[in-house]
Amino acid sequence: MATIALRNLVKSYGKTDVIHGINLDIADGEFVVFVGPSGCGKSTTLRMIAGLEEVSGGEILIGDQVVNELDPKRRNIAMVFQNYAIYPHMTVRQNIAFGLYTSPLSREQKDARVTEAATMLGLTPLLDRRPAALSGGQRQRVAIGRAMVRDPAAFLFDEPLSNLDAQLRAQMRIEIKRLHQRLGTTIVYVTHDQVEAMTMADRIVVMRDGHILQSGTPTEIYDAPANVFTAQFIGSPSMNLLPAAEVEGRIVAQAGGPLLAGLRPHDLVVGAEEGAFAISGEVTAVEPLGPETLVHFLTEGRTVIATAPARMIPAIGSTVQASAPRGALYLFDAASEKALGRR
Amino acid sequence: MTTASAPTPTLAMPRIHPGRILIWTALFIGGVIMVTPLIFMFSTSLKTAGQVYDLRMIPASPTLDNYVKVLSDGRFLRWFLNSTFIALAVTLSNVFFDSLVGYTLAKFRFRGRYFVFLAILSTLMIPTEMLVIPWYLMSAEFGWINTYWGIMFPGMMTAFGTFLMKQFFETVPDDFIEAARIDGLNEFTIWWRIAMPLVTPALSALAIFTFLGNWTAFFWPLIVTTSQELYTLPIGLSSFAVEQAIQWEMIMTGASLATLPTLLVFLLLQRYIVRGVMLAGLKG
Repeated sequence: MATIALRNLVKSYGKTDVIHGINLDIADGEFVVFVGPSGCGKSTTLRMIAGLEEVSGGEILIGDQVVNELDPKRRNIAMVFQNYAIYPHMTVRQNIAFGLYTSPLSREQKDARVTEAATMLGLTPLLDRRPAALSGGQRQRVAIGRAMVRDPAAFLFDEPLSNLDAQLRAQMRIEIKRLHQRLGTTIVYVTHDQVEAMTMADRIVVMRDGHILQSGTPTEIYDAPANVFTAQFIGSPSMNLLPAAEVEGRIVAQAGGPLLAGLRPHDLVVGAEEGAFAISGEVTAVEPLGPETLVHFLTEGRTVIATAPARMIPAIGSTVQASAPRGALYLFDAASEKALGRR
Repeated sequence: MTTASAPTPTLAMPRIHPGRILIWTALFIGGVIMVTPLIFMFSTSLKTAGQVYDLRMIPASPTLDNYVKVLSDGRFLRWFLNSTFIALAVTLSNVFFDSLVGYTLAKFRFRGRYFVFLAILSTLMIPTEMLVIPWYLMSAEFGWINTYWGIMFPGMMTAFGTFLMKQFFETVPDDFIEAARIDGLNEFTIWWRIAMPLVTPALSALAIFTFLGNWTAFFWPLIVTTSQELYTLPIGLSSFAVEQAIQWEMIMTGASLATLPTLLVFLLLQRYIVRGVMLAGLKG
């Protein structure tokens, strides 16, 4: 196991910088998730840690060692790829054992490791199958098995669940999380899915345009987003934002106002008793989800999403009022988009 | 009282599109045109000298004497072995070098990569006839005239093979290669253990084309060889016609025997040949 540190890390392609001097310390055994939209630099950062991309500036440390110039194989890390990268011409057993191809271990020791990984991942009955005969989830487990047998200092996961359906993704999230709890190895995990980030991470690192916008525990990021981007990116559905102004100590919606008022849909409840903040508008869409209903309505020319109890399905075109309790309002500076606190 | 009669069942005839009939007819005629000479070749090989000009497809009194004669002539066996050795050596060389260069061009980013690729590709534009003189001058200069190496060297690596393999290696996901790099393999092992097994169809197609091309090669081996010991089968068979009064039945017997390996290759690897033709065409 090992710590990982990024010091003023820069990546450039020609004259274009795609990673702008980021700094991050990842503790030994920590599960860190890089999250952000496509093109934010999260995969590039991961690939630099893996040694698959050259570093243009700054340093990467694994343990106490600067690894900028080390080949991937000498960094003692293992990586799981989005497309699994398990070899179709090899059986599951051969694929898992391939992680030990250059290892000095004896054949018996290698076999023992393969058996142990297969048992842990529930792959024992599949060891003699080829990848073509496996489901997506099984393939991903094989890829994880190949990484596990090496007993690396850190695991790197590059959007490993993107190709799986929703149900399998939820199952694999739990499995990876359990695996981390059992092995205790440092994990750096890249995803664009905020649900994955929230459910798996010890710490989330939110990235945009090659910058780290915020880093913190899932609760910290959700409860105290540092800026508008993070506030909207984390949480589903996204936070509602309305231009606002402070008038006589009260926050009121106001087009072109100097503030942005944010309310999470789950804090804004249709038909609730009068809360500290209330908004009303004409219903444009409803999404009954079973345990609750999402109600879309228009206010001040913007669509706002609120939640309603499961059986309450307002008619399209009707007027609804939604309210939120004290402390549910997030305020941002409209110009800088930085957080100003909660009311 | 009324009775309802069940509708009379009709036998549905599959509709055949007129265009298909035309295509099948054209293919059939094409097939007949291509197969007829082969049948005549085989038929003539079963005839005696006196029956050669009797153009019946099935000989009046078929005989295997010609085969006994040809196979007991030590030269034929020698030419057969020469052809086998040369075709196999050139095929192995192409499979190795074309795929190595194709892989490098497909998977490594280095300065001048496109220039190297274009330079290799541009050699496809030069007809073989134009290259024969430089090849001959080279062979004369280095003492390669009338040697196995002299026959083989122009084909040991081909632009077509490199191009084919490059196109194919580009379809191998980079993740496979990067995963192997992280697992600690060196670049040569990654190529050999990971990339090569993933392009087996292209390798098979390349091997088949190269083998068949070299098995039937005539022009260059004719120019570069001077002694019968180094003749390949096509050259040897043609010498049957030159050194004696033309013995068609013997030539056809030799040709029939020479066709066997190619037929065998085709029957065994038909799937790959068709796929190879498609790939070479589509990828180009």
